[in-house]
Amino acid sequence: MPLQVSWAAGPRGRLPPLLLLALAACAARASEITFELPDNAKQCFYEEIAQGTKCTLEFQVITGGHYDVDCRLEDPDGIVLYKEMKKQYDSFTFTASRNGTYKFCFSNEFSTFTHKTVYFDFQVGEDPPLFPSENRVTALTQMESACVSIHEALKSVIDYQTHFRLREAQGRSRAEDLNTRVAYWSIGEAVILLVVSIGQVFLLKSFFSDKRTTTTRVGS
Amino acid sequence: LALYFHSGEREEKCIIEDVPSDTLVIGNYKVQRWDIQKQDFLESAPGLGMFVTVTTPSAEVLLSKLYGPQGTFSFTSYLSGEHIICLQSNSTRFVAFAGSKLRIHLDIRVGEHFLDESVVQAKDKVNEVNVRLEHLIEQIHHISKEQNYEREREEKFRKTSEETNSNILWWAVVQTLILISIGIWQIKSLRDFFISKKLV
Repeated sequence: MPLQVSWAAGPRGRLPPLLLLALAACAARASEITFELPDNAKQCFYEEIAQGTKCTLEFQVITGGHYDVDCRLEDPDGIVLYKEMKKQYDSFTFTASRNGTYKFCFSNEFSTFTHKTVYFDFQVGEDPPLFPSENRVTALTQMESACVSIHEALKSVIDYQTHFRLREAQGRSRAEDLNTRVAYWSIGEAVILLVVSIGQVFLLKSFFSDKRTTTTRVGS
Repeated sequence: LALYFHSGEREEKCIIEDVPSDTLVIGNYKVQRWDIQKQDFLESAPGLGMFVTVTTPSAEVLLSKLYGPQGTFSFTSYLSGEHIICLQSNSTRFVAFAGSKLRIHLDIRVGEHFLDESVVQAKDKVNEVNVRLEHLIEQIHHISKEQNYEREREEKFRKTSEETNSNILWWAVVQTLILISIGIWQIKSLRDFFISKKLV
């Protein structure tokens, strides 16, 4: 859940405009999207990143097939920074070496008929400090320090919560799959059992039924 | 509005948001159209709009509106579950128009509460900390709501697993009973048959 603190991306009226611009350029952004990737499909996402920004891409497959997907991350020059095939979950951190549009793609092209639901979280830049140190005469007060530590703790709680939610969704999806498979398989097996055993008896009976040519009589 | 992806002119792109009930979801988007002559995406495309459709977990349509090339939409979930947000352009151009595609910038925020920036910019120190604290409290409320929802889902998960367990047991018993009774029937039937055919 992107409980992305709105104040992190908001303007800071107290700072001089130039600094504001610089800050805006490396403002933290996090995009989380859960989308469905149809079979034999590829979905790409692009983002403009400034040089020197530390970014993290994390993805997880929630439902579908063997719960795996191909992922590929390229920099503006087309150099592949990250490439993994058939991964269920991964997290990749990199620092942008140059300005430009970075591209990452998820591919389900190896699958013939399963749709996959993929979640990814692309974090660009670090979060700016809650209480910026410009225009500051004294150090942070106790209240402010408490706010900062609570904020950090809550951010990690949200992070864990998201991971847990995804794992639980994946587990639940597997359990539901298992349930339907067990139901269908059992019904099918029971039907086959009945059909085969009744069929056997009638087949045997048909071997011994009166035919015009062969009749075995006991006695004369 | 940083993250973007490409889509066909009349293609519908959907994303899934699994949210607890009473949660505010805000989405920002911007759409650009590919220009054949300039071989680039136009900065603003007049007349181009996007249909935004939000479907609840019970397959009801919560929001279905046409917005301009750039816009913000929001909705509050009243059911907890997977809401599907779909974006489709209202372009009436034929799909056969080769090389035409759209660039959609998208940003979705869940559980966000609008922060009054003017209050933040107040010089009063106490006020600022107050505002931050209020935000922290909202964050905690959201986390708590998520936890509740997680509990519901885990219960559903557990029920499914227990159902699978009892299904397996019940079907195994049924199959064994069928096996035994069919076996008895087979032997009886064949015995009667052979006796009637005077083979035994």
